[in-house]
Amino acid sequence: MTEPIARPPKKDPQKVTRPPELPPVQRSRAALAMSAAAARGVFALQKCAACGEIAYPPRDACPKCLSQQLAFEPGADGGEVIAETTIRTSTDLYFRQRMPWRIGTVRLDCGPSVVAHLHGDVTLPSRVRMISKLDKSGNAVLMALPERETENMADDPELRELTASPKFRRVLVTDGRSAVGQAAAAALSKAGASIIFVGIAEPWKPYPGQERLAAIPNVQIMELDLTDTISVRELSGEIGGKTDIIVNTADHVRPGGLLAQGNLVTARDSFDVNVFGLQRLAQAFGPGMRARGADGTNSAAAFVDILPVHALANTPDFGFYSASAAARHSLLQCLRAELRPGGVRVMSVFTGPVEDDWRQHVPPPKVSPGKIAEAVIAALSGGIEESFVGDVARDVAARFLDNPKVLERELGL
Amino acid sequence: MDMADKDATGLLAALATGIRSGGVEAVDLTHTLSPDFPVMVLPPELGQCQPFRIEEVSRYDDRGPGWYWNNISMSEHAGTHFDAPAHWISGRNLPRGTVDELPFEKLIAPAVVLDFSAESRADEDFLLTRGHIEAWEAENGRIEPGCWALFRTDWSKHLGTAKYLNLREDGAHSPGPDASAMEFLVKERDIIGFGTETIGTDCGQGNHMSPPYPAHFILHGNGRYGLQCLAALDRLPARGAIVFAAPLKILHGSGSPLRVFALVPAGTGKE
Repeated sequence: MTEPIARPPKKDPQKVTRPPELPPVQRSRAALAMSAAAARGVFALQKCAACGEIAYPPRDACPKCLSQQLAFEPGADGGEVIAETTIRTSTDLYFRQRMPWRIGTVRLDCGPSVVAHLHGDVTLPSRVRMISKLDKSGNAVLMALPERETENMADDPELRELTASPKFRRVLVTDGRSAVGQAAAAALSKAGASIIFVGIAEPWKPYPGQERLAAIPNVQIMELDLTDTISVRELSGEIGGKTDIIVNTADHVRPGGLLAQGNLVTARDSFDVNVFGLQRLAQAFGPGMRARGADGTNSAAAFVDILPVHALANTPDFGFYSASAAARHSLLQCLRAELRPGGVRVMSVFTGPVEDDWRQHVPPPKVSPGKIAEAVIAALSGGIEESFVGDVARDVAARFLDNPKVLERELGL
Repeated sequence: MDMADKDATGLLAALATGIRSGGVEAVDLTHTLSPDFPVMVLPPELGQCQPFRIEEVSRYDDRGPGWYWNNISMSEHAGTHFDAPAHWISGRNLPRGTVDELPFEKLIAPAVVLDFSAESRADEDFLLTRGHIEAWEAENGRIEPGCWALFRTDWSKHLGTAKYLNLREDGAHSPGPDASAMEFLVKERDIIGFGTETIGTDCGQGNHMSPPYPAHFILHGNGRYGLQCLAALDRLPARGAIVFAAPLKILHGSGSPLRVFALVPAGTGKE
């Protein structure tokens, strides 16, 4: 059984904060495809279309028949550990900070033997379940977990490097007025976050769920308006040094296409929240988080943004909203690269239409705020960079991967 | 130089002396424009009033080494602001109804201060009626034509708290005039405009009155002006103040934030 992590002590103001180092960054293009699968939480290996051989590590030609038809496919994740070793010293700066480090050789049921990180509860010899996760550099690495769930399994230090677990971390939920924000705050509290700061814009306006929100354990209501640069700066001045995870639940939704009469004001409002709000948040909190990516148990870990799946392709009934989501998606890609040097993950949680006031006329299936909150916790706990919540989000994403141009026509019918 | 010119020159010189030596006091009736100043709340599917926002362009840094400046944006109706007749549908066809065209010299005018702060303290939905104004006149004298009628409620002291908008599920709750008060002030006393300390010239529940928003409807329908979110009305005497209330000259503008101030005989303003 894993030793449960202890609640971290208060920060020693005399100690230098451990600078974030990264595990090896460079990968081949073939290996990046494996990372892309891992980014969505999928354990995928290359399979040769010609002879059926499973190949690992990723390569450009089949080791058996030399065919170049190697595509990543979700694979059987079972295997057996056949050897282990513990590394006690290394010249690599990232691993030096984290010694000792246990690794092993696993014979996969689907064929290849692989070198992988070993969870502390894996005994030898034993059956294991393999996961493919992004490390702090954003590259897929393999880790062997015990076949069955063990106690405090998520607290394993090697596994924790591959996730952004909210346990004992301090989280900022940016908009507590929305049902999604309130559900996220409740879920984070349940998941063991030590403080959940919840932003409320224009506190002089009452909102539904106000008392319930304030009563959630470890919730602290903070004044925050993402459309106001001063407000964002003031909050980061107050809590920026101890914000480990941001969950951006702010979303300005309005129906209407590009030709709707006189909607420039509304369009601007949408961009101000969805795009520039994200920018203000990133600019105020990002640099501080990037510097605290290796700051112990409650290091800065993740920036989560909840955005509509129509970021990928425009749905004309919410034309401008989709455009703001597309801009948001693009900025998240930028932010992902900018926060990576600090080992801070940027996670996109794409949703289908949310069950809310603005989408009453949208036919089901719709996503409940509770499901979105679950997806946020799953993304943080599983280290998943891109997740899709609800049938519509999954469907749109699948069709986008298949053919974006076809999807454009389908959504525009 | 004829006598009238000489008189006017002497008058202005006396005014300048008064301001400099302290005999005449200038009272700022303006709140600071800041992002956390509340604006009118309307159903969210309607067009929204943008609160004041400020973005730094440079501050003696790489964006501009020797200078500091900001870009600002806001609704014409954010902060302490002026409403022109064209703001309301009742005033839409009046000549010179927008801020760029209105006769601004008329906006420098004497003011009467109708102090109903005690009543507003006792009743958050206090309605000012013709009867109240007649009673005020019995005590303070008749309101002369062309002056500003400023409605003192001390509501500006609630700024920074939820009480300022006082929003509940059935809307905002704050004092304001009813139609009889506005008809009386506009048609029988010929005021130039009406000023309040609240978010609008109307009371919080103005939408449910007849006509809806009576202050807006009657003032602007008759070519009169509105001033709202005023500060420091408690520093003005009941009579004797001169108010300077010129809005920005915005092309076809419906109103604008402004720096509004009053000149009062020193010592007459209540502290």
